[in-house]
Amino acid sequence: MTTTEVGAGRAARTFTPAELAAVRADFPLLGRTVRDGKPLVYLDSAATSQKPQVVLDTEVDFYEQRNAAVHRGAHALAEEATEAFEHAREQVAALVGVEADEIVWTAGATMGINLVATGIQNATLGRGGAAAEQFRIGPGDEILVTEAEHHSNLVPWQELAARTGATLRWIPVREDGRLDLSGLDDLVTERTRVVAFAHVSNVTGAVAPVARIAAAARDAGALTVLDACQSVPHRPVDFHALDVDFAVFSAHKTLGPTGVGALYGRRELLEALPPVTTGGSMVEVVTMEATTFAPPPLKFEAGTQMVAQAVGFGAAADYLRELGMDAVAAHEAELAEELLKIGEIPGVRVLGPETVGTLGEDAGPEAGLPDRVAAVSFVVDGVHAHDVGQVLDDAGIAVRVGHHCAQPLHRRFGLAASARASAAVYTTLDEVTAFREALAGVRAFFGEE
Amino acid sequence: MSSLEQMYQQVILDHAKHPVGRGLIDVDADHLHGESHQVNPTCGDEVTLRVDVVPGAEGEPARVAGVSWEGQGCSISQASVSVMTELVSDQPLDEVARLDGLFHDLMSSRGKGLDDEDREDDLGDATAFTGVSKYPARIKCALLGWAALKDSLVRSGASATND
Repeated sequence: MTTTEVGAGRAARTFTPAELAAVRADFPLLGRTVRDGKPLVYLDSAATSQKPQVVLDTEVDFYEQRNAAVHRGAHALAEEATEAFEHAREQVAALVGVEADEIVWTAGATMGINLVATGIQNATLGRGGAAAEQFRIGPGDEILVTEAEHHSNLVPWQELAARTGATLRWIPVREDGRLDLSGLDDLVTERTRVVAFAHVSNVTGAVAPVARIAAAARDAGALTVLDACQSVPHRPVDFHALDVDFAVFSAHKTLGPTGVGALYGRRELLEALPPVTTGGSMVEVVTMEATTFAPPPLKFEAGTQMVAQAVGFGAAADYLRELGMDAVAAHEAELAEELLKIGEIPGVRVLGPETVGTLGEDAGPEAGLPDRVAAVSFVVDGVHAHDVGQVLDDAGIAVRVGHHCAQPLHRRFGLAASARASAAVYTTLDEVTAFREALAGVRAFFGEE
Repeated sequence: MSSLEQMYQQVILDHAKHPVGRGLIDVDADHLHGESHQVNPTCGDEVTLRVDVVPGAEGEPARVAGVSWEGQGCSISQASVSVMTELVSDQPLDEVARLDGLFHDLMSSRGKGLDDEDREDDLGDATAFTGVSKYPARIKCALLGWAALKDSLVRSGASATND
């Protein structure tokens, strides 16, 4: 057993080699080869994670043994299917420290953010009655995002601003990839209604100072919406402790299936927010004139849900909790340190924090956790990211190339594209070493000195 | 030769390092001209291409006098614009259209080439992109410049349609 100090009072052990080997054995895809028999080195987990056998088995088992329509019908299968579906909600809620009825199933994180933005728009149109007035937004009001956002946490807010006459503002990004909070007092004011930001950047891997931003938003009476897609799979996350109002994350980045994600909302806010997608299952009483809605979370889950995927997501959440998110974070902090050594290769520049530090006491509930995750974007002098990725691919190494759905952040760095290597719980130090060695040969391949 | 070496043939690397036609130049006032900006939204590669067309006269078909362009992107996209610039310069429009068709056929060949030496000879250095056609994700890189040429010819008024 090895122990890594992840911070003051938060010592967490990483995995032993045997434990990590056992984890890897749980992921059938990691055993395959690519490009003429080369072992796969999968470093694209920030785009989507691989899935452990238990997630695949759980989904198959659902279809083989329990498949039925949920929340309707009184036969035995319907009961079992509903139970599995709602149990999954508890499993996913437990992963992020909240109550099951604060978790809304969505088609993914993008849909979760759109749900909140469109719910606010519906409130602005007068839907939801007096309880929803708190969400109304219009000319003179402001929505605050950051320059580091994934397009999924930017475009929906641009759209909401355009539809309501509100103004979109943003927190800039410093040269080192971290948010520039020097102007926070001017950016978060009584005009600010929504503050939407990523917990962890999908490009720089930097962890945002959630406690500080959430406190400023709360003082100003603004709602916080946290994009937790890149944090939930990689570190302990507790939305109650972080004191955010809404948060989204996706199953497919969290060892779970595609097609499902989760929206967390503070219970009283989910009760007040008007529904967005309407139809079957989300109602109480329907007459030809009007409809009353079910309480949350069902109010937001119209139509047939992605039941098998949700059940698989529940299995993924349990899998991670059994490994222990402190251990996952400690393991991935080691991987991040190894990944960051690419900065020593001549001509390679890392975007974002170049070291792994530890969050201090001002990070509140996150004190002691790593200040970045093992997602490292980089550029190679004289070689375009696509060409970098192609040479790595030829060695069986899968990285992401392009703008990673974050064009404004790349523009901030004066770039159109970068390459990104990102790890997950199943990634090994040997894989990172293989990546570094292959990367070291890229410039020579293209005839760069 | 490995698949990677087949993709990054020396001629492609050379064109990427020393591209032909880079830098937009003004078009003679007597000529037709068109300009097109094409972006590959998945990777951010872009090219702005200007075509200079000598209008047809009696017994003389309209022809491309020259192509100039600015762009940024991977070596495949930049080299492809460069090779295309050489290939289509001083060619009549119907020949440019035929070359465009040949290059698209090559890119659909999944690494097999055109299986016709005469047609491949017509493509000249552009046959070096055969290896690219094995990689579905990279074909669009090689076609970026050709899309810009086709669009700029339409915008110049020299070609009637953009089918």
